[in-house]
Amino acid sequence: MSLSYSAQVVLAGVSLLGVAGGVVGSFALLRRQSLLSDALAHAALPGVCVAFLLTESKSSLPLLVGALVSGLLGTLAVTTLVRRSRLKADSAIGVVLSVFFALGIVLLTRIQKLPLGNQSGLDKYLFGQAATLMPRDVATIGALTAVVLLLVAFFYKELKLLCFDREFGASLGWPMRRIELLLVFLLVTVVVVGLQAVGVVLMVAALITPAAAARQWTDRLSTLLLLAAAIGGGVGVAGTLISASWANAPTGPAIVVVSSAVLVVSLLFAPRRGLVWARLRARALARRIRRENLLKDLYLEGERRAAPGALVGWSDLMGQRGQGRRRLSALARSLAASGLLARGSEGVRLTAEGEAAARELVRRHRLWEVYLARRLELPLDHVHRDAEVMEHALTESAVAELEELLGWPERDPHGRPIPRRQGLAAPPSPLRGAA
Amino acid sequence: MSLALEAPLAPAASSTAAPALLEPAIEIHDLTVAYGTQPVLWDVDVALPEGRLIAIVGPNGAGKSTLLKASLGLVTPLTGWVKVFGGPVAERRSWIGYVPQRESVDWDFPTSALDVVTMGLYGGLGWFRRPGKAQRERALACLEQVGIEDLAHRQISQLSGGQQQRVFLARALAQDARLYLMDEPFAGVDATTERAILGLLQQLRRDGRTVVAVHHDLQTVSEYFDHVVLLNLRLVAAGPVETTFTPENLQRTYGGRLTVLSQTAESLLRSGGRPRLGDEERP
Repeated sequence: MSLSYSAQVVLAGVSLLGVAGGVVGSFALLRRQSLLSDALAHAALPGVCVAFLLTESKSSLPLLVGALVSGLLGTLAVTTLVRRSRLKADSAIGVVLSVFFALGIVLLTRIQKLPLGNQSGLDKYLFGQAATLMPRDVATIGALTAVVLLLVAFFYKELKLLCFDREFGASLGWPMRRIELLLVFLLVTVVVVGLQAVGVVLMVAALITPAAAARQWTDRLSTLLLLAAAIGGGVGVAGTLISASWANAPTGPAIVVVSSAVLVVSLLFAPRRGLVWARLRARALARRIRRENLLKDLYLEGERRAAPGALVGWSDLMGQRGQGRRRLSALARSLAASGLLARGSEGVRLTAEGEAAARELVRRHRLWEVYLARRLELPLDHVHRDAEVMEHALTESAVAELEELLGWPERDPHGRPIPRRQGLAAPPSPLRGAA
Repeated sequence: MSLALEAPLAPAASSTAAPALLEPAIEIHDLTVAYGTQPVLWDVDVALPEGRLIAIVGPNGAGKSTLLKASLGLVTPLTGWVKVFGGPVAERRSWIGYVPQRESVDWDFPTSALDVVTMGLYGGLGWFRRPGKAQRERALACLEQVGIEDLAHRQISQLSGGQQQRVFLARALAQDARLYLMDEPFAGVDATTERAILGLLQQLRRDGRTVVAVHHDLQTVSEYFDHVVLLNLRLVAAGPVETTFTPENLQRTYGGRLTVLSQTAESLLRSGGRPRLGDEERP
């Protein structure tokens, strides 16, 4: 689809804003100043209104100056309250945010009753209306974005020091207060730049959400900044297109909806940090433990009857761990498919392979019991439960170390034999990967 | 490999006249510090000799960390002054290495061990300049010195507590300082790391550096340190471990809260027009 000139202008403005917001928002996120940026954005509203009342001009520059001044005042109010009163940061932010915003709404209502007021278009500063961006607005946005990005590039090292370890920076002799002020200045600038497109109410989401989403995908600050910039720019464009094509909805909420969707996907699916993968890993582990436990139970039963590889009846097995018949037979089916046991209508028995795997588990279990009893001098009735967990977690090298440390013991603390490893028959971790 | 410790002492030494040999590493005179109306150090006078391992010992809230921070110029005292190698702290920053408490930072920060160590070199870089190859190599050498060079590119949240502490120590080594101030370097580390840190401190002493460490394990004070500062709001005693780390002095440090003194101090501050204190940049 080809875009009209005015639409191109709007998209350029919004994507520039998204880029600047993502970058600066990353620092706010890392400094845990997300809420402060929210207060700052809300505090900009009365400034816009006062500037309009003073100049009676619709051009954006004086309004932006007004926003800048009152945004800074709001930030100053928060920091002063935190230092000079007993209010904690969250209360100070809450108070300042609502006072400034309420004042802004009062002024805004007043302005709209003025003869000029109903065409002032000031209401777009609440939720944003990207479609109202004019070429000269976009030029302003572009210039300010360039300033912001240049400052971040110049002071990258200093900002990183501020966010990671402010006190260490001060001990090196860096003027950390000034670097902190620089970050506040960057935040205020981005908020002011974004007012017309996103609005004061949802500005914080445009700042923080892309950064929070980007954080899920990377552990490097430089990559985080690039990614947050890309996400910020992308959701800006997507949000604007949605708002333009859907009943002229305000842009701010549209951008927030899109960026929140990106955040949700990132939280769920990002490698390593993603909740879905964590859940899947936990399930795979639980399944491996159930499989290993069944193998071990069969081995122990054979040991008890002094008949290794004996057929063990279903009812005996169900008694062992209180598992239902269905779950147990599903487990047996999957172990049979891996060639670790053979099953029939009366019960199951270990194959040679299953026997070797189970022997390795029992070996780990009993070695760990020896370790606990001898080295940590735990009483005998304490060692079993711990070993029940460790048998699934010990690696081959840890087992080898343990064996050496303990001098290749023959029996566990309860007097049962510790199975020897059988040549190459027992793979190190019998089930890992087989599941 | 040029290890940080073999590099020439104190980079600033060339621009400043070398202090006389017997000048104390830290000289503190009549130091009183308060956070709001809460006094944390009261009238402390102490001189710490150069080239020793010095423990600061005292109960919780005794002002141990604050003493370190005052020596770094991170807190503004109500009265008194601190001199480092005979000069004001502001002129001696490049001579001082700092190891903050491990919990003082967010270890989930998106950065690598090597990157954190490189921060120790930021002081010598100045504005705008990014650390380059030389700095990275130096940082790697410092990680090697604390025995975790293989973890250089690991994200810092994936390090164990002991490894994180080693990263902080490596960062201080990168500062190549004459005086090291460490806030509980042994806190919450495993036995292997504890031995490694001790070895490092002894190495620093052999090289003529001074280490002042807040220490909470009374059992190991005599074994690890030469000199001890016993602190509980005011200075209880300071001197060589053999003569100072005595049961009587410990009793005076830990036994009996100094209630009269702390209450007096608090009421004085309350009536004195609420002095605003405790922040690094406040005049």
